Amino acid sequence: MVTVGDMMAEMSITQLEEMARKCRIEICKMTHRAQAGHPGGSLSEIDILCALYGSRLRAKPDDPDWEDRDRFILSKGHASPGMYAVLAEMGFISHSDLETYRVKGGVCQGHVDMKWCPGVDFSAGSLGMGLSFGMGCAVAAKIDGSTRNAYVMVGDGEIQEGSVWEAAMAAAHHELGNLKLFLDCNRIQNDDFCEAQMRMFDIPAKWRAFGWAVKVIDGHNMEEIVDAIKWMDTITNQPAVVIANTVKGKGVSFMENNPAFHGAAPSDEQLAQALSELGVSA
Amino acid sequence: MSRMAATRDGYGEALLALADNPKVVVLEADLGKSTKSLHFRKAHPERTVSCGIGEQNMLLVGAGLASSGYIPFASTFAIFTERAFEQMRNGIARPNLAVHLCGSHGGTHTGTDGSSAQSIEDLAIYRTLPNVVVMHPCDDVSTKALTMQLPQLGSPSYMRTARNKTPVLYEGREDEIEIGKGIVVREGSDVAIIACGVLVHEAVTAAEALAAEGVSASVIDMHTLKPLDTKLIDSLASSHGAIVTAEDHSIIGGLGGAVAEHLITTNPIPMERIGVPDRFGESAGSDEMLEMMGLKSHHISDAAKRAIARKD
Repeated sequence: MVTVGDMMAEMSITQLEEMARKCRIEICKMTHRAQAGHPGGSLSEIDILCALYGSRLRAKPDDPDWEDRDRFILSKGHASPGMYAVLAEMGFISHSDLETYRVKGGVCQGHVDMKWCPGVDFSAGSLGMGLSFGMGCAVAAKIDGSTRNAYVMVGDGEIQEGSVWEAAMAAAHHELGNLKLFLDCNRIQNDDFCEAQMRMFDIPAKWRAFGWAVKVIDGHNMEEIVDAIKWMDTITNQPAVVIANTVKGKGVSFMENNPAFHGAAPSDEQLAQALSELGVSA
Repeated sequence: MSRMAATRDGYGEALLALADNPKVVVLEADLGKSTKSLHFRKAHPERTVSCGIGEQNMLLVGAGLASSGYIPFASTFAIFTERAFEQMRNGIARPNLAVHLCGSHGGTHTGTDGSSAQSIEDLAIYRTLPNVVVMHPCDDVSTKALTMQLPQLGSPSYMRTARNKTPVLYEGREDEIEIGKGIVVREGSDVAIIACGVLVHEAVTAAEALAAEGVSASVIDMHTLKPLDTKLIDSLASSHGAIVTAEDHSIIGGLGGAVAEHLITTNPIPMERIGVPDRFGESAGSDEMLEMMGLKSHHISDAAKRAIARKD
């Protein structure tokens, strides 16, 4: 990965799309190898993660603990294959590290963990916690007088956790313009469609009512995502949320919009089909 | 009559004294007037974060601050910290982020607010968490001294303080207070009474009553439940041959549990435990609660005699 000073080089839309395709391949391989994990939510989030890391996040792959880095907090930490794939693409970890996903002693723990994996800023695994943690990082940056941001990603099932709204309220109260949230609205949670489990009604209106700047985008349109990240930079006196409409399992036909692939690994045959659909020649 | 003070006041004084360290930040959940973090807030509003009535958020904001190089002190009532137990477990203890949590108004001694406010399980639950140091000091001097040591700890902690005033034991003896080291408050030989928090004072009264009956009891202030001062406990076990524990906390899993868990593997001498029986409290005055729950000095001295009688 090329870095320019403390800012990562800005990748083109085409480059970001290609990076996302490669990451999708790794997501399928990782979950297939482990015969466990969460491919659906990894595939829904991956375009956003690639856009953030490839076009905006200030971080140093060769110095992952750099104090003044932007933070990225994957609150929906079960969607770890997506983040690991991006960290490997960016050079925080090696591609061979991806083979340690869910393997004893591996840096790629089942859920992203700051104690195990370089480039991971938060130990996730329990939903509803990352936004609060991100708020703490944002408060710290503010006290430091730093311009660094805290980016957080949550899922739409996750915002059923009440603690998310404690954080939403507090971040707006403290006018944390350096706290940026991505909401991966893939419409599916563990047991079923979100609509069946817990209707959330008007999600953008909820965030607006809590005092946040809100933008709704197509979470698989790379140009829209990159523009939304730039829009986040224009919001400086309140927290901002990009609500991304996504497709769970995006990019692999039989996983798309299929609740069965929230937390299920592809079989040998399914992997072969997935890789074929993602442009890997047999 | 010695000076009377509440341990929560010692906590508040310590935070203010720690403010010289620019990395110290304070988190509140609308109870700063009660936990006494308000003194810090008034002096340093720029380093105080109001989290409203939202304990779960407060703990993880602390975790984020700790991960960014700050030393966060968060406080609320002991009972309300429990609402955020999983945040403490998954967001703080697991990544070993040095967030310092203080639960005030702990125990049945907190009194007339009733059973909903009387945390009798906090010490037990936090003791189960790897990396977390658990403390329950007995006076304002030791509370302040222990709190002042927390920035150097490098791991998370839970400290229970009490709402109501108790006698001050350690005036001018700050230097003797150290995290993880029990304090021998009174030296005896027949039985060792190991207590924490408000029951240290009941234990001292019990030891005085026992002395009048010709029984020589040591009293130990075990202000740190984890890491437990096992060296001291082993020494007491071999020199006294009988032990009583005393705490304003459930009989299950607290100081008594910790001491028993240790001694069962090293020196299982006769031991009696004084604590809240497996029940909830109710609205009553502090002393009335201690009496109702079997935590007064006469309960302790009776337990001491039982333990001594069980010696070979």
